[in-house]
Amino acid sequence: MTVKEHLVISQASIDFPTPTGPYRALDKVNLKIAKGEFVSIIGHSGCGKSTVLNLVAGLYQATEGGIILDGKEVNEPGPERAVVFQNHSLLPWMSAYENVELAVKRVFKGKKTKAEMKEWIEYNIGLVHMDHAMHKRPDEISGGMKQRVGIARALAMEPQVLLLDEPFGALDALTRAHLQDSLMEIQKDLGNTVIMITHDVDEAVLLSDRIVMMTNGPAATVGEILDVNLERPRDRVAMSETPEYIRCRKAVLSFLYERHGQKAEAVPEPVVEKAVEEVMAEQKEVSPALVSVK
Amino acid sequence: MSERNDNASKTFSMEWFLPALKNAAIPLIGIFLFLGIWQVGAPKIVTSLGAVPGPSQVFQQFVGLVDEHQEARAKEVAFIERQEVRNAAKLEKDPNAVVKIRPYTGKATFFDQIWTSLLTVMTGFIIASLIAIPIGIVAGLSQTVYSAINPLIQIFKPVSPLAWLPIVTIIVSATYVSDDPMFEKAFVTSAITVMLCCLWPTLINTVVGVANISQDLQNVSKVLRLSWWTHVVKIVLPSAIPMIFTGLRLSFGIAWMVLIAAEMLAQNPGLGKFVWDEFQNGSSNSLGRIMVAVIVIGILGYLLDRGMLVIQKYASWDKSQALR
Repeated sequence: MTVKEHLVISQASIDFPTPTGPYRALDKVNLKIAKGEFVSIIGHSGCGKSTVLNLVAGLYQATEGGIILDGKEVNEPGPERAVVFQNHSLLPWMSAYENVELAVKRVFKGKKTKAEMKEWIEYNIGLVHMDHAMHKRPDEISGGMKQRVGIARALAMEPQVLLLDEPFGALDALTRAHLQDSLMEIQKDLGNTVIMITHDVDEAVLLSDRIVMMTNGPAATVGEILDVNLERPRDRVAMSETPEYIRCRKAVLSFLYERHGQKAEAVPEPVVEKAVEEVMAEQKEVSPALVSVK
Repeated sequence: MSERNDNASKTFSMEWFLPALKNAAIPLIGIFLFLGIWQVGAPKIVTSLGAVPGPSQVFQQFVGLVDEHQEARAKEVAFIERQEVRNAAKLEKDPNAVVKIRPYTGKATFFDQIWTSLLTVMTGFIIASLIAIPIGIVAGLSQTVYSAINPLIQIFKPVSPLAWLPIVTIIVSATYVSDDPMFEKAFVTSAITVMLCCLWPTLINTVVGVANISQDLQNVSKVLRLSWWTHVVKIVLPSAIPMIFTGLRLSFGIAWMVLIAAEMLAQNPGLGKFVWDEFQNGSSNSLGRIMVAVIVIGILGYLLDRGMLVIQKYASWDKSQALR
């Protein structure tokens, strides 16, 4: 039990003020995450996935309940909970190196010498394979490369928890697959605790130890939690044939579209059926990451 | 063979020549049309100072002002030479003699007045920027500060320089008292009036620029828990720079316009005083000279705005941005 209590989200509810009174976005969210675990949070658009992440990041304050990290309550943002934002959020006037440097200087000032900091920055940029474009500015590199730098910036803070807010949502399928592989590799090496928001079922199954499925808002909460019992390292092509992968994928899809698809108008029916059928009728040569269900 | 080469070189030269001609020709046609109408129309209006001068007479006045300037310079050189000779002779007679070095105090020429105007406007504008940008940043970051100063901005922004000037003049006369003043009172009065009138666009644009920093970048700053100072220097200033410069350029336009009015009333020896003196003088040259001043004021205003654009290009991080 103690192992599971690295990060605890306890009875967390949040109300946003609106002109017609408070709007309850999240209602009594409970989740316990172990050190080194990779947890995905999946749900329909607008169900409050990102709100959960912002709560953990400290960018929002819970109205009721709260977040506990290693026995301490989380009340404000901090570098020990690094965030990789959906749209990279690099400072456009700084090179990749300077962007990472800003974070490193903030976290390691006084703890590392200048030379050590430089080495650490370069090491982290190397982790995401961006050595060749280290001194380029964000507008000179592609979307996937920007997101890599965003990940490097977060990793360089040596966070206890890495928070990923739909990190690959804005990327094309191939780039996304590459970055997913990179992320798995890095997580294997560093053993970070990771919470990732996603709306991509395959991404969730491929990367996670557990998948947290959220019900639709208002007053969204944790619907189901699915354990993904797949061996690591995972290979996306080989894995797509295994019964466990298909079971997990089906479980998530059926949760999203059958049991909690209240927002049916947002999801055209035929698409869902097709997606489910596809899983039933055995995956073929298509890489799972390429089939994304929004 | 040679004919083909000729053709090739012709089309090559035409390729850049024609568009360049087209780009230059249309504005030039506009200018010549304007000058033509002016030349034909001006002599038909007869004033107490004679007929209104056309462009050619105005140009003659300009040449006259250049000549006056050169004469004055020659006189100054001669004055200094005479003084040096006199002092040297005095020292030769008695090595312990106290020699006086007096500055040349001839009448300021048109070009001296341009220089005074530039100095005055720059002083007012720089002081205004040094006040407006920091206040704008603080007000952009804090809704409370903004609410506190917004009514003041709205009230003082539309006030004419002619209304400020008497107040400034009286306050400067009362407070700026010194036996050996570094600046003349008229200069201080004009610069302060310019400052009061050109604060506002920079202030408002800085507030808007700072308040509209993308939420994502603000979140980055929060997650990194950047200090207030680092936040301002690394995130706020770079993202607000385009808006700040828009404000600065608007401010500078206003400063230059206000300056002429301020100099007229404060009698600061710049272009405003030149126009006023010529108006009071009322000679047959006066109208032409005032028109020279009008054109010079316009051209200088344009050049100064271009200068600001160059500085903006240098200061902004996004060099690919189209600036106009």
